[in-house]
Order: sequence, then structure tokens, then C-alpha cells
Amino acid sequence: MPDWLIVRTFWDLTVTGLALGSIYALVALGYTLVYGVLRLINFAHSEIFMVGTFSALIASTQLLNIPMLEDGNYPYRTGGTLVLFLVFILFAAMFISGVGAVALERIAYRPLRGNGDAFGAIVLAFLTSFVIGLIFVNETKANLIIACVGTAPISYSYLRFFKKGKKAPRLAFLISAIGASTAIAEAVGIWGPNRREQYQTPRILEKKVLFNALGTDVRVDYVIVIVGALLMMTALTLFVNKTKLGRGVRAVAQDAETARILGVNVDLIIVVTFALGGVMAGGAAMLFTMVYDQSRFNIGFILGVKSFTAAVLGGIGNLKGALLGGFMLGLVENYGSALFGGQWKDVIAFVVLLVVLMVRPTGILGESLGRARV
Amino acid sequence: MTLLEVRDLHVFYGRIEAIKGVSFTLNEGEIVTLIGANGAGKTTTLRTISGVRTVAEGSIFFEGEDITKMAPHDRVKRGICQAPEGRGIFPGMTVRENLDMGTYVRGDKGPQKAKDLEHVMHLFPRLRERIGQMGGTLSGGEQQMLAIGRALMSKPRLLLLDEPSMGLAPMLIAQIFTIIKEINADGISVLLVEQNATQALKTAHRGYVLETGYVVKTGAGSDLLVDPAVRAAYLGG
Ligand SMILES: Nc1ncnc2c1ncn2[C@@H]1O[C@H](COP(=O)(O)OP(=O)(O)O)[C@@H](O)[C@H]1O
Ligand SMILES: [Mg+2]
Repeated sequence: MPDWLIVRTFWDLTVTGLALGSIYALVALGYTLVYGVLRLINFAHSEIFMVGTFSALIASTQLLNIPMLEDGNYPYRTGGTLVLFLVFILFAAMFISGVGAVALERIAYRPLRGNGDAFGAIVLAFLTSFVIGLIFVNETKANLIIACVGTAPISYSYLRFFKKGKKAPRLAFLISAIGASTAIAEAVGIWGPNRREQYQTPRILEKKVLFNALGTDVRVDYVIVIVGALLMMTALTLFVNKTKLGRGVRAVAQDAETARILGVNVDLIIVVTFALGGVMAGGAAMLFTMVYDQSRFNIGFILGVKSFTAAVLGGIGNLKGALLGGFMLGLVENYGSALFGGQWKDVIAFVVLLVVLMVRPTGILGESLGRARV
Repeated sequence: MTLLEVRDLHVFYGRIEAIKGVSFTLNEGEIVTLIGANGAGKTTTLRTISGVRTVAEGSIFFEGEDITKMAPHDRVKRGICQAPEGRGIFPGMTVRENLDMGTYVRGDKGPQKAKDLEHVMHLFPRLRERIGQMGGTLSGGEQQMLAIGRALMSKPRLLLLDEPSMGLAPMLIAQIFTIIKEINADGISVLLVEQNATQALKTAHRGYVLETGYVVKTGAGSDLLVDPAVRAAYLGG
């Protein structure tokens, strides 16, 4: 290979790596925020991302009526229409993912925190018996009937077990997280119109080369992803540092009990935290569909693991760490797959995760979790 | 007028009963101290008054209103704020941000907040020098001043102090107790928890002696100070 080609490939890989890393970083923020406030790994966060990609799909095809193809061509839009559409799809994905994340907290986690929350316990009971039904019966209607019948006794026992002031063991949170994750992905896989197949999202942005730098053609969609992600992270940082609710989030992350003593409504802060993480994941999802034009019911899994890796790499509980970890992982993955071959791409992320956990479990920026500046 | 009344309070940790029927009152304008050995239940009592421990039995009244089941933030709104045991400084926030956390519930900005901030820094000039420093890098004494200052920022009617003298040098301890009197002179009632019984009883109008979850003795601070049983158990003879 001539030298110029290696250099050129290097910069190509850098640009695509940064774009992918931006998406990891945005999703990683959700893991890091929830971990900071609840010391909980929210494994269902990946599904909030997946829901975001589908929200972007539905917003473009149903709400904006964009077809997949127009006279055999991609339905490109330009100028003001393009900007308006992209922003609309972005807000739709952010909104639905934000709402989804809040609902997830309400249903899968709050009943376990010992607030004596009847609503959450009942929904959780319904889901439990529904999932149990899925194991034995393959018929949707029958499953729903089983779920309804099972709801009453199970929610009764949930309420007894998770009575006010009694917090469930850590393992219960983990099981609930994995259960919710599976339930959300399966629901889309079972009831989505294409079921378990891949979905195409309409391509309204023509992926032209925007400029050439260091011998590399930089495509417009990559620029939008990187700039968009940086803007969203700036907004999040401002929110967390400058607003009252943001200060509440930081206070709860650093010392929840003292925060409560000073009058911080911790339940509200937890809702805000999930909402923030969900909004970031929704933004990531929209940017993802813009670059890759696709989604699938299980798209969250691998992307979730990688974003979680990014969060751990940067130092979980640390917002700047999520950004750093995301970019680093995107780059390492890209350079690595160029060196070892594309089939190793996913393995690289897992290797990075294992190495970080062995060598420096607190991540690059996480000096110590308690003191991490969120 | 009675500001705070605790009536037959019982609090559990799991199956262990830490508070076994504690009752006491605090009148408007008073400094009342709860003294007792390690593990007597002083911290638990204060945290229950702040609302971060659940009451199993009994009730708490503030200005005649039953607050037993009230959410902690509503209690802060009513005027109850605490400088907790171990100070509870947010390590990753600056001194200024820590002080701002005191106004979290009040939420008002502008001139009033600036005035309160000025007042706190007048009481604790050290905080002015350290205003941009991270809470986690302060010395123990500075952290204690910050914890009290932060609670004052909420404009409390009742200030709860949990062992403000813990781990401080004698000079600083004297200073802290002087400031507690100053705060009280400004019209803020104080519920003071201490293991340093001598200083606490000298400072307080009245005191209660706690022993393994029970109130075993009560009286004026000056009377408890000369009580033979109290002297033997808590004042080193
Ligand atoms: N988090 C806790 N879990 C279990 N037991 C506790 C906890 N905190 C305090 N206790 C117990 O409750 C009793 C009262 O403790 P505490 O209120 O901290 O006493 P004090 O402040 O007077 O030293 C002690 O027996 C202590 O062991
Ligand atoms: Mg104590």
C-alpha cells in the first residue's frame, strides 16, 4: 500500500470513528447519569435507544409522510424543508425516548425502591405474568388473558414485599432491568409491522461531501452527527451545572441523603435523570438512522453494550468521561477493524471493556466514584 | 410557644428498634440539646425530624402541624433544616454551590439571596476566602462552617445540628459554640445534638439525656451540668 493511501485511510477512519463515537457518547450519557444518581446500571437503556430509532422512523414515514423512494430515487429534501424535517424528527425521537425512559423508571425501578408505589407494582406484575405467559403459550390473546389473571396475585405479593420504606436487594434491580430490556425489544419484534426484519428509514439527507481535509472527503452527515452530539452534550452540561434541577441531580449523585435533608425531592430528580438520559438516547437514535438508514428490534443490544463500555472507559458517573469514552471507543474500533479486519469490530469493544475493568475499573476520568464531578 | 414537639417516637432499622419512645419539646427561641453516648439514637432522632427516616410509631409536630408523614422537602419549606452528622458537604461542588444548595427549596434569587449569602460569610469569614474551592478540599472545621452556613441559607426557623464539634480542635469548638449562640440570638431556634456534653449544656437552655433509645433525664442546661448522675456518665465525673 502506498503511503498516501494509508494516511488517507487513517483520516477516513478518524472521521467515521468520531461520528460513531458521538453516538456511543450520547447513549453513554444515559448510563452514566442513572448510575451517578442511583448507582444502578440501567441495562434497559439500550432499548430506549432502539425505541428512539423507531420513533424517528415513524415520525418520518407516518407524520411527515416521507416515502422510501420517490420515482425510484431517494426522497431527498433540501434547504429549509430539510432542516425543518430533520429537527422535527430529532425532537420526535428525543420526546418519545424521554417519555419511554421515564415510563421505564416508573414501572421497572420505582416499585423496587420501596416507595410503596401501587401503580408501578401493578404494571410490573402485569409484565411479569405476561413474560411468564410468553414462555408457555405462543398466542398473543392467550398471553394477554394470562397476564390479566396473573396481575392481581402478583401485584399483591409485590406490594407486600416492596412495602414502604423497604428497598429491594440489588439483584432485583438487575433482574428488572434485564426483564424490561427483553420485554421492550420483544414487543417491537413481535408487534412491529416487519417483526424481526430490518427496517429501512427514508433517506432525506443527501450524503454529499461537504469538504475535503487532510486528503479525506468529509461527508455532511458525519459533520451533522459530530456537531449535533457536541451541541446536545453542551446543552446537557449547561442544564446540569446552571439550573436548579441540574444542581439537584449533582447533589443526589454526590450525597443522596444530605440532598434530601436540604429539601431535594429525590424521586423527582430520578425522573429528571431518566428523562435526560432518554432524550440524549433519542437524539443519538435519530442521528444513527440519519447515517445508517436502518433499525431493527434488537439494534439496542450491541450498541448498548458498546455505549456502556464507553461510559466505563471514561469513568462511569462522569459526564465528560462519557464523551471521552465514546470518542475513544469509536476510534479504537475503527482503527482496530482496519488492522484486524471488520469481523473483529464488535470484539474490540468487548476487549476494551474487559481491559478497562481489569486495569482501571474507575475509568479514565473517574478518580473515585464518590467524588466524581457529574 | 412550642415550636417542635416529638411525641412517643419509635424508629426501626430493619428489625432493630433504635428509638424506643422518645418525647421532647422545643420552644420558639430556645436552644435545646440532646446528649448521650455513641449509639444512643441522637442522629436517628434528628434524621427522623428531617424526614429521611420513617416513623414506626408516634408523631412529630412543628408549629402545631403534624409533620410525621410529610416529605423532607416540605419540611425544609416549613423551616426545618439540618447540618448533618459528618457535615454532608458535596465534595464535587464549590463552596458557593454548596451554599446555594441551602436555597434549593426557597429558590429565590437576586437581592435576598445575596443578602443571606453576605450574612453567612459575615458569620464565617473563612468561607469567603474559600468561595470558589471544591467542598471536598476543605478542612474539617471549614466543612463544619459550610454545613452550618448552608443550612442557614434556607432561612430556617429551626436549625438541627448533629455533633458540630466532632473532630475539631478546642479553639474551633469554642468558636462554633459562640456562633451557635449568635445564630440563636438572631431568632433561630436550635436543636443541638452533642457528645461534647459540657459545652452543649453550657450553651443550651434545656437538655435531654438519651440512653439506648430512651429519654432518661431532662432539665435546664445549668441543672443537668451539676446533676451528679449526668456528671458521672457524661461529664467525666
Ligand atoms: N443505618 C443503620 N442501620 C442499622 N442500624 C443503625 C443505622 N444507623 C444507626 N443504627 C443503630 O441505631 C442506634 C442509634 O444510632 P444513632 O442514631 O446513630 O446514635 P447516635 O447518633 O446517638 O450515636 C445504634 O444502635 C446504631 O447502631
Ligand atoms: Mg450520631
